[in-house]
Amino acid sequence: MSTNAGVAADDAERVADKAAQPSGVASSQPHRGTAVPAAPVIATLAWRELARFFRQRNRVIGAFVQPVLFWLLFSSALGVEGAAGYTRFFPGTLAMIILFTAIFATISIIEDRNEGFLQGVLVAPIPRWAMVLGKVVGGASIAMIQAGVFLVLGWVTLADVAPTPLGAAAAVLLSACLAVALTGLGFLIAWRMDSTQGFHAIMSVFLLPMWFLSTAFFPQESGGVVGAVVHANPLSFAVAGLRHNLQPGDAVAGLPPYAACWAVTLAFAAMMLAACWWIAGTRSRGDFVS
Amino acid sequence: MPAVTLRDIAYRYGDREAIRGLSLDVEAGESFALLGPNGSGKTTLFPLLSTLAPKQRGEAAVFCADLRTQADAVRAVLGVVFQAPSLDKRLSVAENLLCHGRLYGLGGADLRSRVTEMLGRLGLGDRAGEAVETLSGGLRRRVELAKGLLHRPRLLVLDEPSTGLDPAARSDLWRYLQQVQQEQGVTVIATTHILEEAERADRIAIMHEGRLAALDTPANLQASVGGDAITIRTADPAGMVADINARWPGADAAMVDGAVRLEQENGAEWAPRLFAEFNGRIDELTIGKPTLEDVFIARTGHRFFGSQPEGAA
Repeated sequence: MSTNAGVAADDAERVADKAAQPSGVASSQPHRGTAVPAAPVIATLAWRELARFFRQRNRVIGAFVQPVLFWLLFSSALGVEGAAGYTRFFPGTLAMIILFTAIFATISIIEDRNEGFLQGVLVAPIPRWAMVLGKVVGGASIAMIQAGVFLVLGWVTLADVAPTPLGAAAAVLLSACLAVALTGLGFLIAWRMDSTQGFHAIMSVFLLPMWFLSTAFFPQESGGVVGAVVHANPLSFAVAGLRHNLQPGDAVAGLPPYAACWAVTLAFAAMMLAACWWIAGTRSRGDFVS
Repeated sequence: MPAVTLRDIAYRYGDREAIRGLSLDVEAGESFALLGPNGSGKTTLFPLLSTLAPKQRGEAAVFCADLRTQADAVRAVLGVVFQAPSLDKRLSVAENLLCHGRLYGLGGADLRSRVTEMLGRLGLGDRAGEAVETLSGGLRRRVELAKGLLHRPRLLVLDEPSTGLDPAARSDLWRYLQQVQQEQGVTVIATTHILEEAERADRIAIMHEGRLAALDTPANLQASVGGDAITIRTADPAGMVADINARWPGADAAMVDGAVRLEQENGAEWAPRLFAEFNGRIDELTIGKPTLEDVFIARTGHRFFGSQPEGAA
C-alpha cells in the first residue's frame, strides 16, 4: 500500500484481523532480543557518572577540599577549651557532605536531558529501573568518595571519633544507604526539571531545611514543631545511626534504637528508588530535545 | 511485513492539532522521507516513532510491535539519530559508542570490534580517542550516525539528519545511508524540510498541516504535476491571472505567493503566446520541470516555505 487511498481497504482488513490480534496493527507474538541484561547497563551508566566526575577537575578538587576543610574546622575547634561539643556535629557533617554531593550529582540528569544524552538512553531497550539504578549508583559513589575522605580523616585524627573497625564498616554501609536514598531524592526532584536554576531553588527551600531540621543540627530531645519535624525526618535516623557507629558511649544516650536507624534509612532508600522508578517510567514531551 | 504502520495517528498540544489522522505504511528495506515545512507535523511524528512520546490516538507499530505496549521490542530494532545531539561531550568517541552498545546488550570483543568497524566505515578511525567536545559539528553528526547504527537496527529513523552539515557532508551522509539500506536491508526513515534531501529517498510522504498531502516515489510525484511549471513575475499578478484565464479558458493559471503560475504540457509553446499577449507586463518568465516544491504547491495550494505561521513547529 503506497497511497492514502489504500487505507480504507486496509482498515477493513485490520478490523477483521482484530479478533485474532488484540493490538490491531501489532502482532501479539513475542519479539526477539527484547531483554537487555540489566547489570552491564547499570555498571555502564554508573561508570559514566564517575568518568564525568573525574574529568571535571574543579569538581574533583571541590570534592576533596570540602571534607578536608570540614575536618580542619573540627580538629581546630577541638583544640579550643570546652569545645568538645563540636564533635557532636561530626556525624551530622558526614550526613551533610553526603546530602549535598549526592543531590548535586543528580543535577547531571538535567544536563543529560538538556544536552540530549538522556533521549538516547530513553530509546534504548533497557528497563527503566536499570537506568535509575545506574544514575543513582553513580551519584552515590561520588558522594561516598567524599564521605570516605571525611570519615578517614576524622577517625585517624579526632579523639572523640573512635569507632571499632566493625563500627566503621557499619558507618560506611549506613552512609552508602543514605547516599542511595539522597541520590534517589535528587533524581526524583531533577527528573522533571528543565533548568539547574530550578533545582537550586528546591535545594534552598527543601534540602537545606531538611538537613537543619535533623539531629545533625538539633538535639534529639527538641520539642515543639521543630522537635516533631526532627523526629519525623529520615535524615535524623541516619545521623543517629552514624552516632551509634562512630561515637559509642555517652553520645548515644537518648537516640533512637540502632535497629530503627537502619530500618528507617533502608526504607528511605527503598522508597526513593521505587519513586524514581515510577517517575522515570512516565513519558512526556520533555523527553524529546528539539 | 511493513517496517512501520501508522493508522489514524493524531496528536494535539492543547487546542492545536499537530497531527490529524495520519495513516501510512513504510515498507521494510526502503528509504522513506517525511517531507514538510515547519509546523507540518513531521516534528511531532518523530518522538512518536522513536518511542519518546506517547501517541494520543490511533495505532502505530514497528515490525508489527505496538509502539506503546511493546516499546522494548520496538526499541531493540530501532536506531535513532536525533536532530539535537545525544552524545556525551565529555566522553571520547569510542567511549560514547561503547556506552551505547552496552545499552543494547552488546559487550566484550564483539562490541569492541563493532565499534572499530563502525568508526572505520564512517572515517572516524583516527578520532576514536578524542573527546566529543573537541570535534566539529560535522564529525559529531557522523558519530551520531555511528551510534544509531552500531547495534545493527532494522529501522533507522533520523530527524533532520543534515542539520548543520555542509552540502558535501550532506551528500556523503545520504550516500552512506543508501549503502546501509542496500547492503544491510535497513529501513531508513528521515524527516526533512529540505526538498533536495527528500528526492534521494525511495518514497516521500509530504506532510501539510498534520495530514498526508502526498505519498509516492519522487519520480511519480513530479510526474503527477504534469508538463512544465511556468512562473511569471509581474507587477499585477492578480490581473494577469484573470486575463490569462479569460483568454485561454482551461489554462488554469493561479496566483502563488505573488507570482502567476500555470502548469502546461508544453511550456515552450506557451512562452511566446504569453509574451505576445502580455508584452510589457511580464518582468520575468521561467519554465521548469516540476520540482517537489511544485508538487507541494499543487497538493496544498501553498508554497513550501511560509505556508505556516512562525513558531508552529
